[in-house]
Amino acid sequence: MADVIEVGAARGDAPPPAANAARRAASAGRTRRATPYLFLAPYLVLFGVFGLLPIILGLWLSVHQWDFQLPNRPFVGLDNYKQLFSSDSAVYGDWWESVRATVIFTVLSVPLLVVVPLGLALLLNRSFPGRTFFRAIYFAPYVLGVAVIGLLWRFLLDANLGLVNRLLGAVGLPSDTPWVTNMPWAWISLVGVTVWWTSGFNAVIYLAGLQDISPELYEAARMDGANAWQRFRNVTMPGLRPVLLFVITTTVLASANMFGQSFLITQGTPGTETRTVVWFIVEEGLRNNNAGRAAAMSIVFALMLAVVSIANFRIFRYKED
Amino acid sequence: MTTPTPTANGSASGLRRVGLYTTLVALALIFLVPLVWMVITSLKTYTAAQQIPPSWLPNPVAGYGYEQILNNSANPVLRWFLNSMMAATLHSLLVLVTASMAAYSLARLRFRGRGVTFALIVGTLFIPPTSLIVPNFLIVDQLNWIDTLAVVVVPGAASAFGVFFLRQFFLSLPNELEEAATLDGANQWQIFFKVVLPLSKPALSTLAVLSFLTNWNDFLWPIFVLFSPEKLTLPPGLGLLQGSYVTDYPVIMAGAVLASLPVLILFVLAQRHIIQGVSRSGLKG
Repeated sequence: MADVIEVGAARGDAPPPAANAARRAASAGRTRRATPYLFLAPYLVLFGVFGLLPIILGLWLSVHQWDFQLPNRPFVGLDNYKQLFSSDSAVYGDWWESVRATVIFTVLSVPLLVVVPLGLALLLNRSFPGRTFFRAIYFAPYVLGVAVIGLLWRFLLDANLGLVNRLLGAVGLPSDTPWVTNMPWAWISLVGVTVWWTSGFNAVIYLAGLQDISPELYEAARMDGANAWQRFRNVTMPGLRPVLLFVITTTVLASANMFGQSFLITQGTPGTETRTVVWFIVEEGLRNNNAGRAAAMSIVFALMLAVVSIANFRIFRYKED
Repeated sequence: MTTPTPTANGSASGLRRVGLYTTLVALALIFLVPLVWMVITSLKTYTAAQQIPPSWLPNPVAGYGYEQILNNSANPVLRWFLNSMMAATLHSLLVLVTASMAAYSLARLRFRGRGVTFALIVGTLFIPPTSLIVPNFLIVDQLNWIDTLAVVVVPGAASAFGVFFLRQFFLSLPNELEEAATLDGANQWQIFFKVVLPLSKPALSTLAVLSFLTNWNDFLWPIFVLFSPEKLTLPPGLGLLQGSYVTDYPVIMAGAVLASLPVLILFVLAQRHIIQGVSRSGLKG
């Protein structure tokens, strides 16, 4: 800054130093005002194209008949939505079957994915040598992708060659259960695999919550003569309430979005009974070229999830009052 | 560690300790045996894998599964591995750069529209990403990105979670650091690069590891946007492998081991970061 003024002054034809400095300051001010936007720009470009645009495009698609192979994409108003709700449309049966599959999976898996990890977390919350080691082991399956999990369990659950039936046979239990091809085994397998795969994730979230509960509360409860169960009911559970709300909400969303497990393990069987909503949407949109109808399904699906999440918050807030 | 004292109380706690470790080990077996079985099977011959009852040890230890996947030109597994490596690395770099800059702006700078921008970004956290998959497909199709590296690197990098996560971290840094730097004549870029980023290494590495894991494991998106055998990443490639080696489990398990190794190694190295990242993301609720 100092040499700029000197140079300007030396030339003589430049404005007087004070004015020059003021102009510099003004332009620096402009740059400084632009700086926050420059920092945001790279992200906002990505976010605009792959975060906001898809939302707008999705709404637009859902009111058009959009076929990749056809030149015309006529406006059809709410037709795509109506088809999902009128029993004489071609898509009605398959769509509601996929909703049913998703609801069954969610209803069966969420309670287990809320309770089993809580048990793990309570176990790991005691202090004992090797705690970090066991925590890592229980979490390990979660870092593997659904493609690996799917192939691995397809193999483990194979009725003839699979380890699961072999181990059951070895202890004298039936060793010919059709884990991936028959009901109710297909659902039991999908839920069981998901619990095995993701319990460690929720357990870690619970552990963080447990460690935030003040030890003095437990001390006080103990002084009042509360037994282990009473301490759990009156200290642990209230302390975990916000974490529990988070776990339930994210687990419901994750379960409702299930796709890979049934795509790879049961491959939709028996029939198409384990084909979930997400699977059906991508099949309609990307395989059967019905992007408009798939977009309408996505929006109905997203609204269903929003209703469930809001209900969750309501129930929990109500409990708090 | 406290050794149990020979009082009634002490032996009770000793018994309790035995019970605790029995439970812990039993559970550990449930979590580990499937993974161990994957490795064991990958080292068996085709006939050994078909044997009933199966043997716990691969005898002889066979490279058959790995040879098949590494020497098969129809299923270039090594190529998929490199594609996945490249995609996940570039993806997490892109997330780090864009999210850290945006988060810094939203956490530490003052400007018009900041509240709205932040609300918009956080708002999209509540929209299930799978419900945007069809429009996203049309967008990458328009960009001519189908079947390219960009399609598995870029779209997912618009990470609202990344911005939210780093913003929370930046907010926790003391203001005095910036004030001191400003007095020394540093501008906002210098503060960002020389003060804020170096102090944020734990948060940055956590986000890098989480982004890498997510991208490495992504399955739903790549199976629809990649199709040439030499362009695939590992997850859709594994599906193809299962199709071509229907019940040849040593081959399929060798592919699964290859897809697991990098993330398991990363997990062992960055375990603390991953677990902290997960638990911190749970506490925002």
